[in-house]
Amino acid sequence: MTDDAKRGSEIGRPDPWHTLRSLTAARIGLGRAGGSLPTRPLLEFQLAHARARDAVLHELDAAALAQSLTSPSDDIFQLHSAAGDRAAFIARPDCGRILDDTSRKLLEKRTAAITPYDCAFIVADGLSACAIEHHAAGLLAAIFEKLAGDDWRLAPLSIVRQGRVAIGDEIGALLQARMTVLLIGERPGLSAPDSLGIYLTYDPLPGRSNAERNCISNIREPGGLSYARGAHKLAYLMRESRRRHLSGIDLKEQAAALDDAGSAENA
Amino acid sequence: MPEFVHTVGARSHRFADLKALLAKASPARAGDRLAGIAASNAEERVAAQMALAELPLKTFLDQSVVDYDADDITRLSIDSHDTAAFGPVAHLTVGDFRNWLLAYETEAAELAAVAPGLTPEMAAAVSKIMRIQDMVLVARKISVVTRFRNTLGLPGCLSNRLQPNHPTDDVKGIAASLLDGLLYGCGDAVIGINPATDNLQQVIRLNHLLADVIATYAIPTQSCILTHVTTTMQAMAQGAPVDLVFQSIGGSEATNRSFGVTQSMLSEAAAMARALQRGSVGDNVMYFETGQGSALSANAYHGVDQQTMEVRAYGLARAFSPLLVNSVVGFIGPEYLNGREIIRAGIEDHFCGKLLGLPMGVDICYTNHADADQDDMDTLLTLLGAAGVTYIMGVPGADDIMLNYQSTSFHDALYLRQLLNLKPAPEFEDWLAAGCIVSNGITLQPAVENHRLLQLVEMDNNETLP
Repeated sequence: MTDDAKRGSEIGRPDPWHTLRSLTAARIGLGRAGGSLPTRPLLEFQLAHARARDAVLHELDAAALAQSLTSPSDDIFQLHSAAGDRAAFIARPDCGRILDDTSRKLLEKRTAAITPYDCAFIVADGLSACAIEHHAAGLLAAIFEKLAGDDWRLAPLSIVRQGRVAIGDEIGALLQARMTVLLIGERPGLSAPDSLGIYLTYDPLPGRSNAERNCISNIREPGGLSYARGAHKLAYLMRESRRRHLSGIDLKEQAAALDDAGSAENA
Repeated sequence: MPEFVHTVGARSHRFADLKALLAKASPARAGDRLAGIAASNAEERVAAQMALAELPLKTFLDQSVVDYDADDITRLSIDSHDTAAFGPVAHLTVGDFRNWLLAYETEAAELAAVAPGLTPEMAAAVSKIMRIQDMVLVARKISVVTRFRNTLGLPGCLSNRLQPNHPTDDVKGIAASLLDGLLYGCGDAVIGINPATDNLQQVIRLNHLLADVIATYAIPTQSCILTHVTTTMQAMAQGAPVDLVFQSIGGSEATNRSFGVTQSMLSEAAAMARALQRGSVGDNVMYFETGQGSALSANAYHGVDQQTMEVRAYGLARAFSPLLVNSVVGFIGPEYLNGREIIRAGIEDHFCGKLLGLPMGVDICYTNHADADQDDMDTLLTLLGAAGVTYIMGVPGADDIMLNYQSTSFHDALYLRQLLNLKPAPEFEDWLAAGCIVSNGITLQPAVENHRLLQLVEMDNNETLP
């Protein structure tokens, strides 16, 4: 290496304390070019942001997803929110929380179940369709395996495009389900563009607040909460919700007391 | 309320009342569109701005956008209005007020003197007819100095909040980010942690951690754990070493109720913190955060546009002589502020806060579902530096791994100091020089293997707990 080339590579080296990154995922010890960010960490950041943006804008391939999923029954409802496209979904959260007319009529047309369902499972793209495409099939398989021993009467699965968390309330009410379990893509972060969240809501009705739900977040493999662990937590919450006829803050406190290992991750 | 009419050419534009006029005059904003109160087209917006420019400033003393009887921020604003301070601008329209602000003769002393005579709605109104360069120029003239363990807001200074968050509040993880920030010359505004939970014992533990670091290394700065005001009060009652009391606030009583906050609660907390007498050069003990869209998000906006509601939050903040206020401008998401709207909103928030006499910082930030990127943040950062922003955030590599959003990095602060010859708070500048971290307040010294600050990751906080 020439002297000039050597000097060029010395500018912008990580700081001596970059080894402390074993203590945190924060971007510490990045080094400096003058006082500015060196080229390598600059481009690493740009890559993480690019992946997050691509994940936000990615459209869910709902037909392919339906093929890949384990489902409680043969029919799967393909639904769409009142947000017509991705841009409307981002600008109008209220539209992402209700079904479009076609989807509502599809569910209304259904003959009411003779006995109400115990639970309706719903898969929604949310802010990361990538999370759903990467993890929904694996997670659902783990969940249904976990529930197999129990006596659960499950509604047909719903897949929703351009959907937000609260859209599960309308779907659950139309399907006359005692509770909904909604799998949704979480807002992409720089560390992961494909984290999946689960929301459990007892007695779903339009107008429920987030305080009335339980959330299990950051599910992804590898790097986040595993499918098996997510399914374990959910099965526990579902049983308790059915037994105590509630979800949300009251259930969370109980769950935290019984399962201290899970409380921090549920927060 | 009376209707406002403005005729442009052959067309008359009618605005039902003062809040409709303000909303229609407000520069385009996703949150106002979401609320259905924005101008329906570009011409209507400018017609509203023209009507607003002709409105006497006095109008805002006679008409409230949120009813006096229904809202304690309106009552605070009207009851504490300083008529004498208002005197020099009492005869002006909103449009003439803009001209007065820009005049050479209107300098720092005049601007400081008029502040108690201005209501939040007057500041919001004039900002709506100002361009970015107007707001940058006027904000630059204003000086707001506050003190606790150092002196913030002096002309020619740029301070920085060190924000060493960690998703599980791991003490060593926090310490690693903390020392990184200090070794990049940041942390003079405050070392402030957003804890992962509101758990009281954890909040107390983090207060001790920061107090120990500040004492051990004799750092002329202050600490804050950004938790709910009631949790901080409990921590103080249990003897925690609290420097600053933090609270998020919004522009209506109902917004603050949704945050679980009242004015009397804030007064009580401020008195408790002052009684601890932990400041060495001053006793500004409050730290507030705000952000456009919070009132709409809480469904407590009373049909008022989000920028006016934001300035009303500043009206509340100034009653408590805070050390720091900042607008977390891009955090709320693209349904309230999207893409380039974040840039103008950041400039508006800084200008309006300064005009009301507040030590304004801005969290120059965005989330991944907003149509924004690092170039947009550089634009806002540079503009705010030119406008004389009191402080910005410092997050390792601009990536907050706890709150999952992108803010400004330590490198961003160094960039702005170098570009515009801005220095940290003088006490902190001396400390950085003595520690061979930054020379002349501007230039980063070469990184060394064995800096004594590296020992702070070894500090065992548990030993110091009562």
